Amino acid sequence: MASLKEMRNRIGSVKSTQKITKALNMVAAAKLKRSQEQAENARPYAQRMASVIANLAAGVQGADAPRLLAGTGEDQRHLIVVATADKGLAGGFSSNVIKAARERINSLIANGKDVKIIAVGRKSRDQLVRLYGDKLVRTFELSEHKTVGLHSAQPIAELIAEMFESGQTDVVQLFYSQFKSVIQQVPTGAQLVPAVIEDAQATESATALYEYEPSEEEILETLLPRNLTTQILAALLENQAGFFGSQMAAMDNATRNAGDLINALTLQYNRKRQAQITTELIEIIAGAEAI
Amino acid sequence: MTGKLNFSLVAPEREIFAGQVDQVDAPGVEGDFGVLPGHAPFMTTLREGVITIYEGNARRRFDVKGGFADVNGEGLTILAEEASEITA
Repeated sequence: MASLKEMRNRIGSVKSTQKITKALNMVAAAKLKRSQEQAENARPYAQRMASVIANLAAGVQGADAPRLLAGTGEDQRHLIVVATADKGLAGGFSSNVIKAARERINSLIANGKDVKIIAVGRKSRDQLVRLYGDKLVRTFELSEHKTVGLHSAQPIAELIAEMFESGQTDVVQLFYSQFKSVIQQVPTGAQLVPAVIEDAQATESATALYEYEPSEEEILETLLPRNLTTQILAALLENQAGFFGSQMAAMDNATRNAGDLINALTLQYNRKRQAQITTELIEIIAGAEAI
Repeated sequence: MTGKLNFSLVAPEREIFAGQVDQVDAPGVEGDFGVLPGHAPFMTTLREGVITIYEGNARRRFDVKGGFADVNGEGLTILAEEASEITA
């Protein structure tokens, strides 16, 4: 049985842990608000980009379609991009994304496909290196820059485009965490290459007589790599918002658990102290009676 | 040539400008162009340069680093790679 002093120390240490988790919770809440705004601000660009590409793609079909849009016509070499956070203390945030990616990778390998992996975020690298060290092409760390922005997405998109152009890959998929709400993030796999065009987005204006400067094909050629960047940026921003949401929830839980523990320990401590006082009193009374 | 032009200038990180204007001048890859209300459908990529927005007597100028312009029945949309207002 621990002594009173030991118990006091224990309560003190749980209290300071609680202070830390509480502070981290508040920091995450503040950052969540900002990254949510950021993710929302980035949405109009991505949407316009998607609808413009849908319009253009409707006009350019068949053999002259750029390869980023049409694909190589093969399905052998797969590139999987796994985007997670750089830091931990966010519950199962990164693990969930990696789990989804791992299922996909394993099923691809089981089907005899060649798989290459790009890891974005330190957590993703740490886990994937262990499992698929030989397949990892490169890792990107997000904390090189203070905020997630175009400068974070650009190098990733460039590497993907380069690998695709040089024939190292046929299909590119991106795994990230979709931000549904503060408490719900859904690990998602999205196909980047060949580009997925949603038919519904091709509005009536697609049939209108457009004038193109330069040609449709050339516009698509410049637009598609840019779309890649935009999609990656959107995913990174969602990831960031999701990370802070997840961290906030995890830290909230930790703070509550620490509170419960403090209550239980304090009760135990008080009981023990009372028992000691009672014993001392009995000793004194017994001593006095003996005289 | 009646009414106003619906114009929005969007950068990857945020929407920079959205509203009704009289005229927009932009730097296309094959030469600068101006868009007035009721312009025919038109699509072009942009080079580095300056976008000028005319709104009554007021003018606003934005620096852009490449991008893409789309004119359709609903108005003009510019997707800029990077854009910032010139304040001078």
